[in-house]
Amino acid sequence: MTRENTKKTVNVLVVGTGGQGVITASEILSDVAMRSGFDAKKSEIHGMSQRGGVVTSHVRYSENVASPIIMEGEADILLSFELSETLRWLHFLRPSGRVITSLQKIIPPAVYAGMGSYPEEAQTVIKQRITDPIFVDALPMAEELGNPRLVNTILLGIASAMLDLPVDTWEAVIVERVPPKFTELNLVAFDRGRDIT
Amino acid sequence: MKNQILSGNEAVALGAFQAGVKVASAYPGTPSTEILQNFATYKDVYAEWAPNEKVALEVAIGSAMTGVRTLFTTKHVGLNVAADPLMTLAYTGIPGGLLIVCADDPGMHSSQNEQDNRFYAKFAKIPMLEPSDSQEAMEMVEEGLLLSEKYDCPTMLRMTTRVCHSKSIVQIDAGNQAAIPVAEGFKRDLKKFVMIPAFAKLRHPLVLEREAKLEDITETTAFNRIEWNDNKIGIITSGITYQYVSEIMPDASILKLGMTFPLPKKKIKEFADKVDRLFVVEELEPYIEDEIRIMGLAVEGKAFFPKLDELSPDVVADGFAEAGVLPYDLPPVQEIAPGGDMPRPPLLCAGCPHRGLLYSLNKMKAIVHGDIGCSTLSVLPPLQSIDSTLCMGASISMAHGTVKAMAGLEDKRPVFAALGDSTFFHSGITSLMDVIYNKGNVNVVIMDNRITAMTGGQQNPGTGHTLQMEETYAVDIIEIVRALGCRRARETDPFDMEGTMAALKEEIAHDGPSVLVTKRPCVQLFRQDPLAVRTVDTDACIGCKRCLKLGCPSISQGDIIPDEANKKERRYSNIDAATCYGCALCEQVCTSNAIVYVAQ
Repeated sequence: MTRENTKKTVNVLVVGTGGQGVITASEILSDVAMRSGFDAKKSEIHGMSQRGGVVTSHVRYSENVASPIIMEGEADILLSFELSETLRWLHFLRPSGRVITSLQKIIPPAVYAGMGSYPEEAQTVIKQRITDPIFVDALPMAEELGNPRLVNTILLGIASAMLDLPVDTWEAVIVERVPPKFTELNLVAFDRGRDIT
Repeated sequence: MKNQILSGNEAVALGAFQAGVKVASAYPGTPSTEILQNFATYKDVYAEWAPNEKVALEVAIGSAMTGVRTLFTTKHVGLNVAADPLMTLAYTGIPGGLLIVCADDPGMHSSQNEQDNRFYAKFAKIPMLEPSDSQEAMEMVEEGLLLSEKYDCPTMLRMTTRVCHSKSIVQIDAGNQAAIPVAEGFKRDLKKFVMIPAFAKLRHPLVLEREAKLEDITETTAFNRIEWNDNKIGIITSGITYQYVSEIMPDASILKLGMTFPLPKKKIKEFADKVDRLFVVEELEPYIEDEIRIMGLAVEGKAFFPKLDELSPDVVADGFAEAGVLPYDLPPVQEIAPGGDMPRPPLLCAGCPHRGLLYSLNKMKAIVHGDIGCSTLSVLPPLQSIDSTLCMGASISMAHGTVKAMAGLEDKRPVFAALGDSTFFHSGITSLMDVIYNKGNVNVVIMDNRITAMTGGQQNPGTGHTLQMEETYAVDIIEIVRALGCRRARETDPFDMEGTMAALKEEIAHDGPSVLVTKRPCVQLFRQDPLAVRTVDTDACIGCKRCLKLGCPSISQGDIIPDEANKKERRYSNIDAATCYGCALCEQVCTSNAIVYVAQ
């Protein structure tokens, strides 16, 4: 007998590197979940991760959430801002889990110091393990829309199409969180993300 | 009633404001920092960054002596610094509610050790509360203040990283605020507040009497509750671990402890008697388990749940599986994907002013005692600039000890101490006094980046601003250093590599102590200047990798340099225009003049 998800908890693991916007994305998602009437919890590690290190944020929602941390093998969605980071956390997905990953590569200087190599075969490995991964060249897309920070909203747009949360709540939270002059641009980026799936 | 999703730290700040806390003092420290940052934004409160935790707690004690509700927050290792006032405060007590919020860091996400500070509550015999989520964190602030006032002692609210930095929903009811006691002002009470031996002897018995009273309270508090379920398995747990246990063992009975000093022994016995097998699940030390064992009860815990690192639902599930009581099979462990283990350690930022100094120090073939702060990040390749990091301010005193011990040894390497401005204010000043007083010969470098950087950029006595952003006197480091008797003290710009190297060499040549202040503001205080951004001139770059030795996150390797003869493959260096801050260190280490302004 395996562990049953009786409470139908939705688990989203948001990953990337320091400064990419991982925390903001998970803040928006957990806020949308709460306003949609769910119990929501979110957990991440601040501190050292801000200096270009690995950043993860766990978001969980259902009627009643106990642990703020997702168990390995139970994430429904892995939302990744960086390709090699997708590999790092792939084992957190359930067999039926989905991957949404930006194709952006951020090569850590540790690699040039001989401490490892960048996994150039990342896309192949992901395809071997996961059904229908979504690879998105989010950074050029965001730059084309006018601002590299829009990567965040594009990725959330894609995730929103897989999650059963009301679109107007998503939009309301995004509007509240971004500076007024970027409202329109973010809503466009969000729609662009939704169209990808 | 309003729902809001708050971190544990935000919830503590809100709870403190709602409970009428008027004065708060702390030194920044992950994972506790955001408590005071949030509290400082509320109306009509006083909140300050003190130079260190000892000072902060003493400020808090002085405040609570007047009957005002007061908050002191710290990370676990900060309580070591504040342990001196704490242990005697436990004797004196204070009329105003005083809450000590202590944030432990199991797993050492951002700390030098993972000590279990629950023992401090037992050590000082003060009540301790442990929240499991943000709602409880908020509620326990008020409860902690009430306990403090009723039993004339500080209360410790012990959090952990996963409670501090996890967000969960908090129900905020502004209308349902409890009465805030009116402060009566400072009242002279010599036998209570003057801890000469004769008076301290009178206080100590009262500490023991208080402990006995608290033992009754812990039996009846609603924060210690039994959730009856199947009684084959009984689990005693507290803090964030309660959430993991509820998730993993939904059918077990749970004794959830919210007040963990003193422990509710009667309730524990009652629970233990009714279950077939008793477990304790707790992070770090067997604090609860050992107490239960002393009670003579059969209990299992650390045999299945590690003392190392933070726990997680996975680790808790593994423990119960090993104990043979997990009611379902664990899914097969999935291997980490190939390539998923590439190291990505945290780094000094692009444009970090520490880099120029740390790179230069590395060239000095010196022994370098480092200190707490961003500069510890230079321990990894390629910089590898420091030989030790222990605790706040230790660099100077350790360097002094090393110099004294090396007298007469073959090893003639120069000895440096390198620490940041905030670390110097925290605990470096007395260390430097020791060096001068005892005729030491340490080369001290104070990396003055005008902010407390590692914890996210907090004001400190050198910045000219308070926590609540009022203008104030900015301490002059050189003035302090000279006043301590160190006559050789000067500033240098760490972005000037040649000047920094020369200065370090001069200090090595000089016989006697010296202080070099490398002065440049933290890059996080600025926006990027597009005109300062550098790029690589591929006509000039020979792929020598000198610039890569700086460990700058903006510099990477690009395309292969077309080969004339059968030379080894070389690649152009590449500078990321989006993240380069134009510090020009790479330009200075480049011997081929291949690094130029983008704008040119």
